Amino acid sequence: MLTQSTNIMEEDYTFNHKHILGLEQLSANDITFLLKTAESFKEISTRQIKKVPALRGRTVINLFFEPSTRTKLSFEVAAKRMSADTFNISASTSSLKKGETLIDTARNLAAMNPDIIILRHSYSGSPGLLARHIKASVINAGDGTHEHPSQGLLDLMTVQEAKGTIKGLKVAIIGDIAHSRVAHSNIIGFSKLGADIFVAGPATLIPPGVNQMGATTCKTIAEAIDGADVVMTLRIQMERQSESLFPSVREYANHFGITPQVMRLAKPEAIIMHPGPINRGVELSPELADGPRSVIMNQVTNGVAIRMALLYSIMGGGES
Amino acid sequence: MKNTLLLNGRIIDPANNIDATGSILIEQGLINKVFLSPPPASVLEQCEVIDVSDKWIVPGLIDMHVHLREPGQEYKETIASGCKAAASGGFTGVACMPNTTPVNDGQEITSFILAKAAEAGHCRVYPVGAISKKSSGSELSEFGELKQAGCVALSDDGLPVMDSQLMRRALEYSGNHDTLLISHSEEMPLSANGAMNEGALSTSLGLRGIPHVAEEIMIYRDIALACYVGRPIHIAHISTRESVDLIRRAKAKGCQVTTETTPHYFTLTEEAVGDYDTHAKMNPPLRNSDDRLAIQEGLADGTIDAIATDHAPHADMEKDVEFDLAANGIIGLETSVPLSLALVRDNIISPSQFVELLAVNPARILKLNAGTLSPGTPADITVIDPGKTFTYSKESIVSKSKNSPFVDLNLQGKAILTILAGKPTYSERD
Repeated sequence: MLTQSTNIMEEDYTFNHKHILGLEQLSANDITFLLKTAESFKEISTRQIKKVPALRGRTVINLFFEPSTRTKLSFEVAAKRMSADTFNISASTSSLKKGETLIDTARNLAAMNPDIIILRHSYSGSPGLLARHIKASVINAGDGTHEHPSQGLLDLMTVQEAKGTIKGLKVAIIGDIAHSRVAHSNIIGFSKLGADIFVAGPATLIPPGVNQMGATTCKTIAEAIDGADVVMTLRIQMERQSESLFPSVREYANHFGITPQVMRLAKPEAIIMHPGPINRGVELSPELADGPRSVIMNQVTNGVAIRMALLYSIMGGGES
Repeated sequence: MKNTLLLNGRIIDPANNIDATGSILIEQGLINKVFLSPPPASVLEQCEVIDVSDKWIVPGLIDMHVHLREPGQEYKETIASGCKAAASGGFTGVACMPNTTPVNDGQEITSFILAKAAEAGHCRVYPVGAISKKSSGSELSEFGELKQAGCVALSDDGLPVMDSQLMRRALEYSGNHDTLLISHSEEMPLSANGAMNEGALSTSLGLRGIPHVAEEIMIYRDIALACYVGRPIHIAHISTRESVDLIRRAKAKGCQVTTETTPHYFTLTEEAVGDYDTHAKMNPPLRNSDDRLAIQEGLADGTIDAIATDHAPHADMEKDVEFDLAANGIIGLETSVPLSLALVRDNIISPSQFVELLAVNPARILKLNAGTLSPGTPADITVIDPGKTFTYSKESIVSKSKNSPFVDLNLQGKAILTILAGKPTYSERD
């Protein structure tokens, strides 16, 4: 099974990344390779014995400086299904609370010789900083408002499964683009694989230069959703209201929430995605979140497969 | 003490309209005579002769915007280490900003700084006092006392006065004591703890942006208030095209406004942030290539009066952290001459303009008895080898802190002899 995954690509291709800091650093070939590797791993999670020995003896540390449920669990499940030894460190229990710097934390972890550190951090660029100071591989599990590459990859995988391809699809991303690392990774990933991305939301939450990242900005969500194959909506953080980034949750839901009515503009077979956790009735109507066009649970399932593929690939595909 | 003769250099002294080969006789710490023809043998015999053929002899350079960190943050820099770095960069005078701990908002801190500077001896130190008590922006500091103690100007530098009424009062009251106000112009609610210039790059790096309008809005306010009350104002470290335009227009209207920029704004762009390089983090932030071009144009046409460095020493532990947490600023005293000479080599400014920007105008703006090679003035002189190339290695840095984006670059042009009141404070003569 493991050799199979590397044979899918052209013969001269090798995945050659020690760290996964963002989709920015990955080529279209790298992304395609990871999606195919994940696809081949997906089956493992459906077995009765959900474990392969690919990363036996490897040490994986989940270093989470921000609260996370699904990403942390997903990485942990992925690492355990690959037989790696996994350890979780969270901000609430770590020395960061005692004022230890990221680099000092990193040096202490490095002294225990881990193979992979999975980092979630509130400051953009911190995975790269960590990577410069330790020998282990670093996977970015979300850094500030920069990137969330594993989420971007699992979204690509989910769309590819549903649509058969990414190229030429119209993808609408709705909501707080400015503060969303998920949106950033998705804009980069989907445009690398040839989709057309349209973004819409309150103009206060559309960052400058988003067009240079490969997205087209729309004034209304109707414009973005019109004829879309994929409609992805983002979690709106309620505290943004106090920064006057939008007037009220009610106004947000009325003008930027995805409802069955506005979904009529999308293609009939369009799918609905959300990185979770959902504010039901705010950015997404409950009937859509739980309806037949929603692939939100597929996203979660694919998350484990993508993370297995990432762990496996940066460890050199099982070579010691 | 034997007299000194700087023999046969290119004397560039714009204040006296001189750019010619000649020699300078230094006697008892003063410039005694400027020879534009070969000096008589009798003079040569009586002097220690320093042959400076092919070198530039210019008035001692003045950096009107530095942070010396003492008192309070001596782990970054001390007055002694900063003055030594200044001398090795070709400076004979520096104006130090008041954001020490405690803030220089009273005569005791000013006196302390001047005493330390006299002890260090490498460079003249011109303290800048705070506009408001503790630079907190709520009450005026005692301008009269600060002036008497030796402050050459007043500024709340990194904590600009947000309250327009207080700024108006400060400008009005500065007239009683004939003090210059220097404004770090930044509309803080707009810059909102941003980490770099706002634009496509800040979005793609996921860093909070500082829009260029945050600088421009406040420059406009400061100029408007200064014009309204009829007082001069000096705008610190401008970085954007619109800032240059605002000042150009204000000058054309006759407002008493002067300004400075720093070598990093005419040398680098936001691209230097690259992969979260904290040595490219400063406030105001590095801007885009069009802004950089506009800064060069402003230097060329005289809109920008001075090149200052905003020398901001920080320890490694304050820079080797997450970009958002990294301290703002870079050191600049030892790279200002080569980076500014690059403008001369690129024909953006003339050698005379170089001297105006780094010596004549800072002295004029701060009303210092400096910036000329006139006989009778203190012999503060910088000898520059414009062709000398060197690698700016971390080991070679004299400043206590090493936070510079120019480390390990090969630079061209260097001060090889710095003379303060007739005595060498730095020399690399062979």
